[in-house]
Amino acid sequence: MKQILVVDDSAVIRKIARRILDGMRFETSEAEDGAKALAACAFLMPDAILLDWNMPVMDGFEFLRQLRKLPGGTRPKVVFCTTENDITHIARAMHAGADEYIMKPFDKQILQSKFEEIGLV
Amino acid sequence: MISAYASLRTYLKNAAGIVLDADREYMAESRLAPLVRKFDVSSVDALLARLNTSNDPRLRQDVIEAMTTNETYFFRDRAPFDMFENLVLPALLEQRAEERAIRVWCAGCSTGQEPYSLAMLLDANARRLAGWRVEILATDISTAALDSARQGSYNQFEVQRGLPVSQLLRYFVHEGSQWRLAEHLRARVDFRELNMMSDFSALGPFDLVFCRNILIYFDQATKIDVLRRVANVCRPDAFLVLGAAETLVGLGNAWKPHAIHRGVNIRAA
Repeated sequence: MKQILVVDDSAVIRKIARRILDGMRFETSEAEDGAKALAACAFLMPDAILLDWNMPVMDGFEFLRQLRKLPGGTRPKVVFCTTENDITHIARAMHAGADEYIMKPFDKQILQSKFEEIGLV
Repeated sequence: MISAYASLRTYLKNAAGIVLDADREYMAESRLAPLVRKFDVSSVDALLARLNTSNDPRLRQDVIEAMTTNETYFFRDRAPFDMFENLVLPALLEQRAEERAIRVWCAGCSTGQEPYSLAMLLDANARRLAGWRVEILATDISTAALDSARQGSYNQFEVQRGLPVSQLLRYFVHEGSQWRLAEHLRARVDFRELNMMSDFSALGPFDLVFCRNILIYFDQATKIDVLRRVANVCRPDAFLVLGAAETLVGLGNAWKPHAIHRGVNIRAA
């Protein structure tokens, strides 16, 4: 079973994402900011990360930059999932090494479509 | 006396070939409810009574549109588009090497995501297609869907269903809450209103037809008839793509499945 780390400071978003991902037969874990997510990845590198942009302590962009420097940190597929919906943010995220980008709000169909796109389902 | 629902079923069958099961009255009620207010009548029954007695073309069109589904998204089911790029396009590049022209028909194009997905793939293959003329004709029975398709403007949900973000960045412009497809791709698609029950013999010839999730509305005889008439507007070595859950089983002998590639069909000899 593939492991997904959901990184978002909103407990509601984490809950919604977990419910959808559980239904898609992923093993889901959660982190509420970039620093905690980085610690989680250092302990066990997931197959994919659903990543918010704006978070306290460490934002998603900085997390991604540091993740890719970790041993095995280039392996996880990273899907940004954020309210930032302008082309500049999207381009910046993709340039930084994200694999896909979801603009909130999202639903199961969007999540499924993006995960299919990066070969996770 | 014929019930209002029975008369609706007769109307849909005669006007658009649409077969509505006898036990779907609840669906008709819910789908036609918005038209009750629009046409200022007291109930769905009253709406259907007016449908029977008036020749109001707007009402007749709106009822058909309300009873059909416009569900679609970019690169829907993905496999047909991979097959287009990897099998159909290379084959047509060989088959049409002399005339250097390809004509594609997207029947039942709804709000345009299917023909625009093909237009994006053609753009991505621009180098192979240099010097070629590729036409995409996209038809639908719904004028509302076609109006939307011509705009090429989609909301945030629509551009995230099936569309890779790389394509979004490459081909769309963010305009307020909408995302608008680039002009050069919109210009590639010719949208036209078409009822599949009408004579479409003048539209051909085509090299590829996408006819996905339309046949589900028709009865067996109509499906066979439509597939035969589609074959008649296609070149002898043309390709036909049906919906993911649709097969040719029991649907006449105009087309047959491709020997190797499931999901693509070719003209039967």
